[in-house]
Amino acid sequence: MKYFSLIWSALFRSKTRTFLTLLSVISAFLLFGLLDSVRVAFNSGGSVAGADRLVVASRLSITQMLPYSLLPQIESTPGVKKTAYAAWFGGIYQDPKNFFPNFSVGPDYFEMYPEYIIDPAQLKAWQADRTGAIVGESLAKRFKWKIGDTIPLQATIFPQKDGSNAWPLKLSGTFKLADSKRKGEENQLLFHWKYFDEANQYVNGQVGWYMVKLDNVDHATRVAKAIDAISQNSDHETKAQTEQAFNQSFAKQFADIGLIVTAIMAAVFFTLLLLTGNTMSQAVRDRIPELAVLKTLGFTNGTVLTLVLVESVLLIVLGGMIGLGIAAIIIPVVSAMSGGMLNLPGIPRETWLTGLALMLGIGLVVGALPAMRAMRLKIVDALAGR
Amino acid sequence: MKKQWLWNALSILLLVVGLVVWIMLPWYGVAAVAAVLALWLLLTRSGRLALAAARIGIASLPQRWGASSVIIVGIAGVVGVLVAMLAMGEGFSATLKQTGNDDTAIILRGGSQAETNSVITRDQVPLIATLAGLRKDANGRAIISPELSQVVNLPTASSGEDANAQFRGVSEEAWAIRPQIKVIEGRKFNVGVRELIVGQGAKNQYRGLDVGKQVKLGNQAWTVVGVFASGDAHDSELWTDIETLSSAYDRRAYQSVTVGVNGKAGFKELTAALANDPRLKLDALTTRDYYSKQSEGLTKVIKVLGLVIGTIMAIGAVFGALNTMYAAVAGRAREIATMRAIGFRGTPVVMAVMLETMLLALLGGLLGGFIAWAIFNGYSVATLGANFSQVVFQFKVSPELLWSGLKWALGIGLVGGLFPALRAARLPVTVALRAT
Repeated sequence: MKYFSLIWSALFRSKTRTFLTLLSVISAFLLFGLLDSVRVAFNSGGSVAGADRLVVASRLSITQMLPYSLLPQIESTPGVKKTAYAAWFGGIYQDPKNFFPNFSVGPDYFEMYPEYIIDPAQLKAWQADRTGAIVGESLAKRFKWKIGDTIPLQATIFPQKDGSNAWPLKLSGTFKLADSKRKGEENQLLFHWKYFDEANQYVNGQVGWYMVKLDNVDHATRVAKAIDAISQNSDHETKAQTEQAFNQSFAKQFADIGLIVTAIMAAVFFTLLLLTGNTMSQAVRDRIPELAVLKTLGFTNGTVLTLVLVESVLLIVLGGMIGLGIAAIIIPVVSAMSGGMLNLPGIPRETWLTGLALMLGIGLVVGALPAMRAMRLKIVDALAGR
Repeated sequence: MKKQWLWNALSILLLVVGLVVWIMLPWYGVAAVAAVLALWLLLTRSGRLALAAARIGIASLPQRWGASSVIIVGIAGVVGVLVAMLAMGEGFSATLKQTGNDDTAIILRGGSQAETNSVITRDQVPLIATLAGLRKDANGRAIISPELSQVVNLPTASSGEDANAQFRGVSEEAWAIRPQIKVIEGRKFNVGVRELIVGQGAKNQYRGLDVGKQVKLGNQAWTVVGVFASGDAHDSELWTDIETLSSAYDRRAYQSVTVGVNGKAGFKELTAALANDPRLKLDALTTRDYYSKQSEGLTKVIKVLGLVIGTIMAIGAVFGALNTMYAAVAGRAREIATMRAIGFRGTPVVMAVMLETMLLALLGGLLGGFIAWAIFNGYSVATLGANFSQVVFQFKVSPELLWSGLKWALGIGLVGGLFPALRAARLPVTVALRAT
């Protein structure tokens, strides 16, 4: 630590060079911060969501519905604490571009999700209103809906019995989530499955999926198997999996984000390695006489090696931290501008840690060769400029 | 001092304007710039001096190979990533756009947007066949193909995890409506038995779809009897006879009707006829519109993402290039000062440094473009399309993309070379000559 000022002044010996290199490092880590946050957000697929819940959906395909008559059988499966059900509606509001998830749910759906915070009075009002709907706060804010408003949802899959696509719903309440990582779930609109079941033209007594709350998280696999056994060999076989696995399978089908991010970052960091490596070897080459003086003064070979290594690590960590810092400022802005499509509350801890590890790693690799050179300097030759 | 500050501000302003113009410039504009530059270099005195000065710089490049490779690799990285990202968007939109044309239209239930959401009852099909504007076959019957598509779960070849595939039931007319589809292996399915044929994209994307194998879909065993190639979005699908599919999945209604129309005029007649028939609450779209619409959103996202990532990387590469060229100018300070002392003026010196940087940038751009092309051209990936099912598509590294990649490379070289070049021209000769 006592050599810190020495390292610092060595770092800024050539201001232009250090400054330009820093900017390169900053832009590399800015990109890393942005991309890796997206990757983590995509791959976690709600790893933050409750692990004690199972999603039971059709094994055959995502669009296949399940009979409502499965409900009592699932409820009586040992290990199941509570069961709820829902059905995808796929309605649009004004324009298909205003996409948000909307589905019909059973009356006790909110008991399944204790993390959805809703005013009990609003919940009661919703339960009493056949055409009532509940939306997340972000969604209500996005379209400036107030409680009591009628939301003219347009069906794309399920018209009313009379063939009309209009499904006017009355807004009964809003819910919110305390966890900032899950703000994206505030983009949902939920209404009564009973209304959906009675009023739509095509399906009757069918639900899209069941949500199952477990007594004990450790029994997830066993309970999932037991639930799947109920409908085995029927025409509505089910696939029960944890909520996390269910969400992830979706994200994975969309794109292999992990692979894309890794490929881009590999290109970026390879370039960065070359660039900072060049800077460091230049920095050491310029300073050969000075390093020789240090050695003459009694600095050991080991100390000189450490000095150069620390300098290179410092350069990368400094730039990297600034880069990640800028990313941390940009991400919430981008997230807010995307109108709920992208949900990134900030840089996840995982990204900070990976970033830090990368900075240290790159710093050491880049510093290694110049540091060795500095260590091996022969005082006489160096001072003589040979 | 103040004068120098003004100079810098002015050159930055010029640079920004220049870059914007440069990126927008069409190919003949670039050719004109190149021609003017070449003429200036060859015909004027200062041009020839610049060329001579540049030759000295370039000759000394091999001595500075390590530092110069920073520029080449940095720019190659930017161009490679940019071209690869844009090629992905291009491939996706090309795959979907090719699927549609103006001679066929798809009829869906009103308001349903996509096939998955649509329902067309059987009694509507004969009504559709009588509509105006439809193309007729040799026997005078309208060419219409009612279709049904079912999303099915299949394990992917890469990870074995379930993914959504589109399983389409078609009638005989489907082949006439899509003449681009050819059976490339095995044969077509027979009607009435559980046989299916798979698209070449689907065959590679999912496990166990080889000809002769049996697959279990919807609790029933189906035999794969053939492979077809279409070169568009249908390549990701599995096809069978529509009646076989509807009985297997117990679906009485159809989902969409694809019809042949008599060009744009025919399509107009068709939509008018649809609007006038109160029994048919249906939407008609030309298949070109239908499939282009599906690609729009994702293509735009990929393009914006590619440009943002490319820009950030380009900024990083500019600083790398600046660093290298400043070092090069500093390293050759005495040489440059000597040249100035013997009569080389500002412009040739500036141009010499610029030419050297541009040469390195060009090499980087070519390298990056080549790597992107070698690795990614035809690289096959899949994403979730509008019908809740996977669309397999290939990266398409087109000449236009390579061209714009090269333009980016030269743009980076321009910025990275200009300031070091200005410094070289401004080095006080006496000070530089005394430098060690």
